[in-house]
Amino acid sequence: MGIELKMPALSPTMEEGTLAKWLVKEGDKISAGDVLAEIETDKATMEFESIDEGTVGKILVPEGTEGVKVGTVIAVIAGEGEDASAISAPTPAPATPAEAPGEGEKIGQAPDEAEITRPQSSPRPADPDIPAGTNMVTVTLREALRDAMAEEMRRDDRVFVMGEEVAEYQGAYKVTQGLLEEFGPRRVIDTPITEYGFAGIGTGAAMGGLRPVVEFMTFNFAMQAIDHIVNSAAKTNYMSGGQMRCPVVFRGPNGAASRVAAQHSQNYAPWYAAVPGLIVIAPYDASDAKGLLKAAIRCDDPVVFLENELLYGRNFELAQLDDHVLPIGKARIIREGADVTIVSYSIGVGLALEAAETLAGEGIDAEVIDLRTLRPLDTETILASLRKTNRLVVAEEGWPTCSIASEVIALCMEQGFDDLDAPVLRVCNEDVPLPYAANLEKLALIDSARIAEAVRKVSYKA
Amino acid sequence: MAKAASSAPKKPAKAAAKPAAEDAAFALHSLQEAFEKDRRFKASKEQLLHLYEQMLLIRRFEERAGQLYGLGLIGGFCHLYIGQEAVAVGLQSALEEGKDSVITGYRDHGHMLAYGIDPKLIMAELTGREAGISKGKGGSMHMFSTDHAFYGGHGIVGAQVPLGAGLAFAHKYRDDGGLCLAYFGDGAANQGQVYETFNMASLWGLPIVFAVENNQYAMGTSVKRSSAETHFYRRGTAFRIPGMKVNGMDVLEVHQAGKVAFDHVRAGKGPVLLELETYRYRGHSMSDPAKYRTREEVQDVREHNDPIERAKHDLDGMGVSEDQLKDIEKAIRAKVAEAADFAENSPEPPPAELYTDVLVGAY
Repeated sequence: MGIELKMPALSPTMEEGTLAKWLVKEGDKISAGDVLAEIETDKATMEFESIDEGTVGKILVPEGTEGVKVGTVIAVIAGEGEDASAISAPTPAPATPAEAPGEGEKIGQAPDEAEITRPQSSPRPADPDIPAGTNMVTVTLREALRDAMAEEMRRDDRVFVMGEEVAEYQGAYKVTQGLLEEFGPRRVIDTPITEYGFAGIGTGAAMGGLRPVVEFMTFNFAMQAIDHIVNSAAKTNYMSGGQMRCPVVFRGPNGAASRVAAQHSQNYAPWYAAVPGLIVIAPYDASDAKGLLKAAIRCDDPVVFLENELLYGRNFELAQLDDHVLPIGKARIIREGADVTIVSYSIGVGLALEAAETLAGEGIDAEVIDLRTLRPLDTETILASLRKTNRLVVAEEGWPTCSIASEVIALCMEQGFDDLDAPVLRVCNEDVPLPYAANLEKLALIDSARIAEAVRKVSYKA
Repeated sequence: MAKAASSAPKKPAKAAAKPAAEDAAFALHSLQEAFEKDRRFKASKEQLLHLYEQMLLIRRFEERAGQLYGLGLIGGFCHLYIGQEAVAVGLQSALEEGKDSVITGYRDHGHMLAYGIDPKLIMAELTGREAGISKGKGGSMHMFSTDHAFYGGHGIVGAQVPLGAGLAFAHKYRDDGGLCLAYFGDGAANQGQVYETFNMASLWGLPIVFAVENNQYAMGTSVKRSSAETHFYRRGTAFRIPGMKVNGMDVLEVHQAGKVAFDHVRAGKGPVLLELETYRYRGHSMSDPAKYRTREEVQDVREHNDPIERAKHDLDGMGVSEDQLKDIEKAIRAKVAEAADFAENSPEPPPAELYTDVLVGAY
């Protein structure tokens, strides 16, 4: 019997093509690599090469034939020691490419089986209780972050810190102060100014079994490195069918600082929160920053940990515990209230708390939720609060379009519609690049007055 | 070759602070010179037979993959390694499998086969089946085997270079004696992140061998049309990385060059850049009409510079009979046919796999 030559698919989308020209005729001897025919696809004319040796037996589809379906037998080749003329030609029946497995139709199980593994919204663990009598200390956010890294480095030799100015300079924002002295240059590593490169090296080191903490001087510079965060770190576990691990933490300040203008003032939370395979954390206070950074370093998944420069020097209360680790994926009700919910994260939480104070004086009792983790989003806490207050405002220091606010609003529409007594409003930065001039900058950024105003609106008290 | 490597300057190149031109101890050419004294690995008959079998397996596997693509059983992008077999086989046979790490780009089937990874698992990945090495969720460009310390299989051109330096960083950090072999093409060699990585790898003395597989074309753009410096082995000079130019169509030369480079790196002397001159017979991917070069050019390489034919010729000189080679060919064809049958008849991943492996932890 001969070898059937079938009309090949020559591109990912090709279903049929024109057999433009035969370059061999019946009886010709052919070897691997010989061009047998020219085939026109929708994109180009391709040469169809032989991969077998033998003799051309019958040509079944003449040149010039259009609309030849992929898989149609177009010729028969006689192998070594076979008589080409004796080969019985199969009827040139049209192929049945629809039969080809691999299309997700023929083989496999019912699509609703996918539901089995869809992440279910189960109640998430609450923060561990702080034992009565625990000593409370006042620390800056900066110190809390440093202590989190130092504690994890003491605990696990695989943890190291790399980034620009993290070692000898003690950190551009002094977050890594003292780490070089305690852990030495093997574990606290100054990099050149080369974000794409060192983000890739950090990601590769995580794939190789270490636990890197990669500091970006600010997340504005991480745009140079976003390919490794998204394409290399986030997707490899999935693409490898669960073989590969990438326990890396990318951390640094995010969002607007002060008077540094458009290229140094952007909130990337919605960018990273859009990517399956990443964990995204954006804490507000020192306790959450410490407890969640420790959790992030221990976590087996890649984490984007978004800090805020304006909060670094702010003082917060922190419980003095031996090992303060908080659950990833759990929002926190930072102020309880009955009339309206304000959802926020990072620096927005402070503004929301300010607004809630103002509103309390007007007889509006606002609940404030600090999301803390943006991916996976704690939808239960948001929806439970909405069920209680029936009104919701999202406050976000960032642009409004395709934001975390948009996501929360979509959630309320999809899953909380019946609980809504008013449309959900978002209070975000103005939809412009951040200006330098002090007055314009102030106009562009979210503030507590705007949050309070939105709350009055959804409470129909404006 | 350990002797030749140890005749290189005692002082690690990276430690020299003076500019290269003024620094007598800094010799970028030392490796090339050592290599040129003795370019071909003196393989025993058994060793060369093994290398030949591996190359032939890659060739037949890739031909079959091309066929299955034509039949619609393999979808998307599929980049074949035909013509370049001597590179992966020659280099990886000089590594310590499992101890050293390997990483490459999207043209990755050959590198996996060269490590002895089961062709069935690779072919089943190409057809998107549950039994594939990535459970059918990665496809041709995204395959991994942590058991073999093979770290992919990366689809973004050049991304594997800093990732490879990260793997090398981990070897150095743990002081486990391993090194990383990071492959990339002449196209990827023009990516900025490659040079960011050269800088850090040399600065930190990372145990990494950068292997440029120069197959002459970045997709459809020839090296001459894309590269100001077409001698890729020289491109580490600005970072004090010694380079070596290697005939990538001769498995014994590749193996020998690998040994020289790996010895240098294992001695703690920092990275090495290998340029392996090779050629791909097929298009960039399956949908490439390859109009940017002539058929004569391809046929000329096939007829006069084929790595498998060269090894066959050497084996003939060693007294390996035609019959023995035929038996090998037959066994490999059977193995590939078995892999193809397996890949065609294995079930697709169950829908329940859709949401698995997104995250490791539960949050």
